[in-house]
Amino acid sequence: MLKEKKKKQQSLHKRDSEYALANKQLEKLSNGIFANGELPTFSEKIKQTDQFPLRPNKLEILQINVGYMCNQVCEHCHVDAGPDRKEIMTRETMLQCLEIIKNTGAHTLDLTGGAPEMNPNFRWFVEEASKAGIQDFIVRSNLTIIRANKKYYDLPEFFKKHNVHVVSSMPHWTRGKTDKQRGEGVFDLSIKALQELNAVGYGMPDSTLRLDLVYNPSGAFLPGDQASMEKDFKKALLEDFGIHFHNLFAITNMPISRFLDYLIASENYEDYMYSLVEAYNPAAVKNVMCRNTISISWDGYLYDCDFNQMLELKVASKIQHVSEYNEDVLNDRKIIISQHCYGCTAGAGSSCQGAVAE
Amino acid sequence: MASQNYYDPADLKKFGNITQWSKELGEKFFEYYGKVFEEGALSAREKSLIALAVAHTEMCPYCIDAYSKDGLQRGITKEEMMEAVHVGAAIKSGASLVHGVMMMNKVNKLEM
Repeated sequence: MLKEKKKKQQSLHKRDSEYALANKQLEKLSNGIFANGELPTFSEKIKQTDQFPLRPNKLEILQINVGYMCNQVCEHCHVDAGPDRKEIMTRETMLQCLEIIKNTGAHTLDLTGGAPEMNPNFRWFVEEASKAGIQDFIVRSNLTIIRANKKYYDLPEFFKKHNVHVVSSMPHWTRGKTDKQRGEGVFDLSIKALQELNAVGYGMPDSTLRLDLVYNPSGAFLPGDQASMEKDFKKALLEDFGIHFHNLFAITNMPISRFLDYLIASENYEDYMYSLVEAYNPAAVKNVMCRNTISISWDGYLYDCDFNQMLELKVASKIQHVSEYNEDVLNDRKIIISQHCYGCTAGAGSSCQGAVAE
Repeated sequence: MASQNYYDPADLKKFGNITQWSKELGEKFFEYYGKVFEEGALSAREKSLIALAVAHTEMCPYCIDAYSKDGLQRGITKEEMMEAVHVGAAIKSGASLVHGVMMMNKVNKLEM
């Protein structure tokens, strides 16, 4: 039991797990039910509606992953983040990213991790990046980091000072479901952090300080209707804790990394893939996030999305690194797909900004 | 190949195939079914809990699978789900027990 508990506090990388390796994950996603014809591959599926090959539309979002280090080890994490991950963006790569931020046509800058705040150059980077005057500057904060150590206590004020749009994970409005997915004690710390964000104005009705929450299912099932979930979350968090927030993004768990490992270990993998394929919605393909996003990794490489980053699938372009960044050349590429892409096209679709189809 | 069991979880995925032997009636059923579960005077969430309770009183393993998952997807808690099952169980046992009045009526009529 103790051994099991310890295992849960380590990343797949630390445990030398098979599914820490990108090629093992891709192999799993291409074999079995997708190789024997039981289910169509993602490329076969989008061919049916003439959407193959997938190509980018106008670039709108620059998503930068500043490192895989995190204070939490969530069971569903597609990054396989955790305290034992040491991959962190250097100041030098950040300087290269700043050049891109100054010149990009994208209207949104989205910082993610790991826990981005754990990067020692995080505050400097936010200060510099906010000078570029980008329209929407998102930081994905896991909430508990705000309460993890004294040095982070002033983060709500820091975010406010730089008009950062805070997007935070909150899998459920009950303690049990939240802690099961994200670790013991996470719920109480998250509630405290949300109250502190509210206290400086974040998430309050009519406030321009944006606070959005991300919901993702705590198990092998798909998210329900985003608008209904938002209504339930708002009611429960306000009644129980006096918490306000703006929008809820319902995000589907991707069958990669730790969630893939969980699906296989719990014998839910095939049923989950069936659910994703059954819920396939061609309208979601039209707005899928890889069509308006570029994802940059801690070491400066470029990807179609954060999921492809974790699967080590670099963009199919002669430009693959921030040091040679050119938006026009990059935008003329084919997006790399595999069966995990079904995760973004199920039901109302799923992206880092939540549902994508009506 | 035919399954060796009367109930096979994989059969739930084949439910849509019932239209193959009677297209019109099958399609009408699924259209009706879909319409019933839309938001209406009752929310889709409330309907999901009713369906879960009925799934238990009907003792339909396919329906229990389907509406346990549906409940999770809607963010319905375990406590809410179990209460719904108890509502079904209470009605089911009450329905048996209320027939006791019938027995009493009969006995009272027959006894001197």
